[in-house]
Amino acid sequence: MDIKEYKKYAENRSKRTSSLKNCVLAFIGGGIICVIGQVLFNLYSIFTIEEHAKLLTSASLIFLAGLFTGIGWFDVLAKIFGGGTLVPITGFANAIAAAAIDNKKEGFIAGVGAKMFIIAGSVIVYGVSFSILYGVAYYFYLLLI
Amino acid sequence: MKNIIKFPEPVSIIQSASVVGKLEHEGPLGQYFDMYEDDIYFGKDSWEKAESEMCRRTLSTLLAKANMKYIDLDLVLAGDLLNQCIASSFGLLDCNAPFLGLYGACSTFAEGVIIGSNLCSTHQIDRCAALASSHFCSSERQFRFPIEYGGQRTPTSQNTVTGCGAFLLECTGYPPYITECVIGRIVDSGIKDQNNMGAAMAPATVDTLMRYFNDSGKSANDFDIISTGDLGKEGYEIACELLYKNRLDMWGKYTDCGMLMYDYKKQDVNSGASGCGCSAAIAASYFIDKLKNGCKDILLIGTGALLSPVSVLQKQNIPAVAHLIHISNSRN
Repeated sequence: MDIKEYKKYAENRSKRTSSLKNCVLAFIGGGIICVIGQVLFNLYSIFTIEEHAKLLTSASLIFLAGLFTGIGWFDVLAKIFGGGTLVPITGFANAIAAAAIDNKKEGFIAGVGAKMFIIAGSVIVYGVSFSILYGVAYYFYLLLI
Repeated sequence: MKNIIKFPEPVSIIQSASVVGKLEHEGPLGQYFDMYEDDIYFGKDSWEKAESEMCRRTLSTLLAKANMKYIDLDLVLAGDLLNQCIASSFGLLDCNAPFLGLYGACSTFAEGVIIGSNLCSTHQIDRCAALASSHFCSSERQFRFPIEYGGQRTPTSQNTVTGCGAFLLECTGYPPYITECVIGRIVDSGIKDQNNMGAAMAPATVDTLMRYFNDSGKSANDFDIISTGDLGKEGYEIACELLYKNRLDMWGKYTDCGMLMYDYKKQDVNSGASGCGCSAAIAASYFIDKLKNGCKDILLIGTGALLSPVSVLQKQNIPAVAHLIHISNSRN
């Protein structure tokens, strides 16, 4: 068996997690997070205008994800619900908080500050870059119509 | 090419010691380890320092069991998985013995025992300690993601053992002995997935075993246990299939430390255990116990995946190496 054949053989025999099960669990987990978000939004809407309520909802979910990461619950939940916990804003918060906790011992400058965005950094870089591209494209689109 | 290195004089394992973490202690071999620690930090404030503390405790346990002091050691051979091997060098700072730091990924323990046995057997030194360690948290941090990061693992991934094992070697004439070894070749299996290291290491294991059995003329029946270091269930099954294709039947003799360490049903470890500490802690506890209670010959094949986080990101294949040591109760 040469290298290519072996690689194919090893890839074919390695078990994968069931996509159906993953999808269902992610749907349930993500759904629960969205329900919590909606409940928070409705509560905030009683006291403030819609725009502020939206921001407060996002901020609350980020806070909860950070808190759950800190007390060690988030990774347990993420193990079960997978993409359901990672795709909403909570996943982003976890990626930053987890990296910050991990690198605390190397100090606030070279550790927390520098390594905090080790996972989430590319999301920010490409998120901002594509927003700029989209903005430019949208400007010309408005000029054309 | 010379495949088997036979030591001029068999080297005695005069003492062994092992220290593990909580999860390993709760596994099926829990009772065999000398010491365990519930605190993942080992009383320190970082995981790297925890691993160093574990190394320190292992060496002091080893010497206490042998009724010796640091001054009695002519050489300490130690290695771990961290960058620049800091767990070993910082952990053994106090021992003040001549020190060689090693890196052979998870084959480090076998590597250390081979070098130490050679030096003892030729009487260049009288006595040496060989140890290897790994820590789940420090390895996760080094090779994968932050500990609290919420990710899912694939079924082929393995759980790094928090553990350290050590042998004290000297030519005293008393069993068990290290009689011979095979130094492994670097084998490129073509696997790039760092969550499937069993598959990456299986071809190197087979290469080393074939070199040993073809040259020695022995068969699996001449041994009580033939064990690889940390292939896990996935790598073990692949190795079995490859050995079968090479007409080497090891049925009933072959096992893997990565499969012995944890309870697959109760502990969530996917394909099994991995890490330098896996084969080291099991060899220094369970296998030594087996040799005292009836087993005569054991082959231990330390398996190492020679990847780094950089090589993985640069999409390079994962090369592997496997070193074999023959531990026997008889001198030949």
